[in-house]
Amino acid sequence: MLPDDIGLLAGIEIHQQIDSRRKLFCNCPTAMRVTSEHTGEFSRYLRATVSEMGEIDEAAREEMRDERLFTYYSYDTTCLVEEDDEPPTTLNEEALGICLQIAKTCLMTPVPQVHVMRKLVIDGSNTSGFQRTALVATDGTLPGGGLIETICLEEEAAQRVSDAIFSLDRLGIPLVEITTSPCMHSPREVRDVAEYLGMVLRSTGRVKRGLGTIRQDVNISISGGARVEIKGVQELDLIEEMVEREVTRQRTLLEIREELHRRDAKICEDAIDVSTLFAGTSSGILKNASCVLAVLLPGFGGMVGREIQPGRRLGSEISDYAKKCGVGGIFHTDELPAYGVTPDEVAALKEAAKAREDDCVIIIAADRQRAACAARQVTRRARYALLGVPEETRKMLEGGSTAYMRPLPGAARMYPETDILPVSISDARWESTVVPPLLTERAKVFTERYGLDEGLARQVAFSDRLPLFEEAVAAGIRPALAARTLLATLRELSRDNVPVDRIQDSSLIGALLAVEQGQAAKEALPDILSALAGGEEISTALGRLAPQVATADLDDIVARIVGERKAFVRERGMAALGPLMGIVMKEVRGSVDGQVVSKALKDAISRELSV
Amino acid sequence: MSSIESGDLVSCRLAGVERKATYITSRDSYAVVKLGSGYNVGVPFEWISRIGAQEIPAPAQILVSQDDSLPPLSIISTGGTIASRIDYRTGAVTSQFRAEDILTAIPRLGGIARFRTLQISSILSENMTPAIWQQLARAVYDEVAAGVHGVIVTHGTDTISYTAAALSFMLTTPVPVIFVGSQRSADRPSSDNMINAVCSAAVATSPLGEVAVVMHATSSDNSCAIHRATRVRKMHTSRRDAFASIGNRSLGHVAYPSLAVTLGVDVVHRGSHALSLRDGLEERCALVQFAPGMSPSVLEGLSGLKGLVIAGTGLGHVSSAWIPALKDLVAAGCTVVMTSQCLNGRVCDRVYDTGRDLLDIGVIEGEDMLPEVALVKLMWVLANTASLDEAALLMREDLRGEIAMRSAHAT
Repeated sequence: MLPDDIGLLAGIEIHQQIDSRRKLFCNCPTAMRVTSEHTGEFSRYLRATVSEMGEIDEAAREEMRDERLFTYYSYDTTCLVEEDDEPPTTLNEEALGICLQIAKTCLMTPVPQVHVMRKLVIDGSNTSGFQRTALVATDGTLPGGGLIETICLEEEAAQRVSDAIFSLDRLGIPLVEITTSPCMHSPREVRDVAEYLGMVLRSTGRVKRGLGTIRQDVNISISGGARVEIKGVQELDLIEEMVEREVTRQRTLLEIREELHRRDAKICEDAIDVSTLFAGTSSGILKNASCVLAVLLPGFGGMVGREIQPGRRLGSEISDYAKKCGVGGIFHTDELPAYGVTPDEVAALKEAAKAREDDCVIIIAADRQRAACAARQVTRRARYALLGVPEETRKMLEGGSTAYMRPLPGAARMYPETDILPVSISDARWESTVVPPLLTERAKVFTERYGLDEGLARQVAFSDRLPLFEEAVAAGIRPALAARTLLATLRELSRDNVPVDRIQDSSLIGALLAVEQGQAAKEALPDILSALAGGEEISTALGRLAPQVATADLDDIVARIVGERKAFVRERGMAALGPLMGIVMKEVRGSVDGQVVSKALKDAISRELSV
Repeated sequence: MSSIESGDLVSCRLAGVERKATYITSRDSYAVVKLGSGYNVGVPFEWISRIGAQEIPAPAQILVSQDDSLPPLSIISTGGTIASRIDYRTGAVTSQFRAEDILTAIPRLGGIARFRTLQISSILSENMTPAIWQQLARAVYDEVAAGVHGVIVTHGTDTISYTAAALSFMLTTPVPVIFVGSQRSADRPSSDNMINAVCSAAVATSPLGEVAVVMHATSSDNSCAIHRATRVRKMHTSRRDAFASIGNRSLGHVAYPSLAVTLGVDVVHRGSHALSLRDGLEERCALVQFAPGMSPSVLEGLSGLKGLVIAGTGLGHVSSAWIPALKDLVAAGCTVVMTSQCLNGRVCDRVYDTGRDLLDIGVIEGEDMLPEVALVKLMWVLANTASLDEAALLMREDLRGEIAMRSAHAT
């Protein structure tokens, strides 16, 4: 638990893919592909011009000035619009409609006229070098009274295949971005709000499901700390952990600052060349580098190696900054000797750097240009340590710790997308926008109307099989049977590696109807569904696994089985029912309901006993 | 509200909340304002009230020094944008024409040459006129006469091939005159402007000695193609590699990023011709594309025309219903040249009856000239020859690589 007085302020940005038929600015389907299926490939440079750099700091400028070459994979489901070789179509009205539904659910007010903007993104994830985005509505309310600032409709970015290779299948899928104010004060609250907004989004029934289709960014600051934006939280379960770890990180950085001030710590701006010291080293990284530079941080001894989050030290932060220059990382004397660097080499390094007991020396191995760039980044991050917590955009790592990505964006670098006409949202359109019932409300209805217990009702409502459940119930299938089959039976089959996704909705409903109409025993459902998943036709599967058995036939079977086991029946009496049940059920092969068999068998045993 | 100007600070009541915004413009009777977040929204004018003017910070000027040891090149702008600047306050994108601004936007140019710049017009290329072609030809002549090693002309891509062809005829040049444009606007980080620009500078300093168009060779940013001005055509509305040499191979390629220029064997080399200018153009010329069933009455509107290029079907045909009307035109002193809608291949009006009829009435076979190039050539030939017979002769002669006398089997 975190203490109350830390002054935690957190806000959320949720990005959710919309399940529209076509992309936001072209007529391609919103289908994700396997990258090995790509049918084309091309390479482009992205670059920012001087004016676009605005007030971006020196480090970002360094990063951006480089022309960077990116490779893109195209598919038979992508077109020239994704390739930035054709102007965009008009804004996808279907996606806008879904966005308005979400906005209305969140009690927001639409803007009278929507303008699409270009937001500069030159990390390669957008072929154009900008992301198209439009503000659709503002000022909504969270259940606890918190403010939802905005909802925007954006195009999804291309997916990174590896370092500089991107896949165009995802580029242009419509995305809603919901931004709350920094109105949350505890990790639990952050999780609750994320969960609530996720539920609102899914209530439309028109959003994509599955990993990567929803992403949360969280803004966090504590008293004395700084605003940090953490990108790409995909798992709800990790949000609380991540918020707690960020608070720990900021608090520890503040403690480090106090200690550094107490020691009167400094930064030596000039890196020294220590390449010759490591000429005969057994450390592969140092040996292979053409240049090794050292940066002296007086008073930083022990602080660089101090843990600030699980698995992360101040040294990790410094290393993140250095990596922006294309170096693999850094070594620091708080962690040496290690990595093949001997105690003698460390001693020689400290001597060459004129390091005292409580100083830290950081070394960088690369070619001269990169090493020099990385050394500047090291001193830059070290300077921030004297100030406390730097404002940053960070990315989440496995487990909930985070790493530095880039500085927080300054004044939004946005300008109008002149290729797309603005769209007016009339009062009539807003009034006719339907607010979908929330999934929580639907769960309540399922309990009240269908008698499902609360847990199952909620499971059904939040399941992506909800539309199928509603279709099944409408077709006359008992809600309990439908819910159990769709949630429990399918899940168990799937656990046994049955490819249940291949079962067509209509076949599934057909199988359930057969049970409802007494043509198949519900005990036979797992076998029938497995057969359907294996590609069998519904009629074949029913014929094979639930052949029609007339009541008279059943009586004959029961009479024969009891007749063959007279001694057993007389010996066991009614207790013979259990063992005989299994034998009869096997014989009728799932075509007669267990209760019917049980009754017939009971009658036959009674008759035998009364003879 | 008429007193509001773009860039003014306004108070905007959105969703019942007053917020500060920047007024941008009026669109479909809405006031477009930029909110603090950078987003633009359109709101009714009643929702905003002017607070005051905003101080506009002057754009930071970066001093650019040019390397005097490099060859001098001239950049002449006609309206195509080689560089632009975005004002994030208003979202306005402005084209940059001064050498310093271009070099600031495309620093790599500074390592290829030293530049002087000249802007002769600022128009969309569909608004280009023969009068501006002439003005441009004179400007290029002056620059070459002043001693530059090459000229780069920035031009909108829609009609770049017309202008380039026109300069080919009006000017003989000892140095490369390179036309360049971009298919994606210069404000976007993915624009093809930068690579096209540095590749054109590489060609402008190369051993080439003719007028050419330099644009992306593929959809990737890996090379530019050098097209002869009289053989190039825009063959796609939007792709980066829209330009193609029709009927012959391109003059060569520029590899990117190395900027290595590879020229073909049949290019005109630097210094092959002396500088000269014959800038007369007969503007009373037209290009008509024939379609089946098209009434010969369309030709009636063309009386008074001195030259007509027809883009005919196949080998160079129009329906026989056109023959009398064309005969009248020719009789009235109009030079009529036949080209083909096929674009690839040579016109031959000696194979079918209609063709022979066309030849009989005095229609000139335009060989394998592109229809647009034939038009530009006809305008120039008519203004620079003493007789129609001489004009007819020149129309069938290769002057600037516009006609291939042999139809080589292209591979």
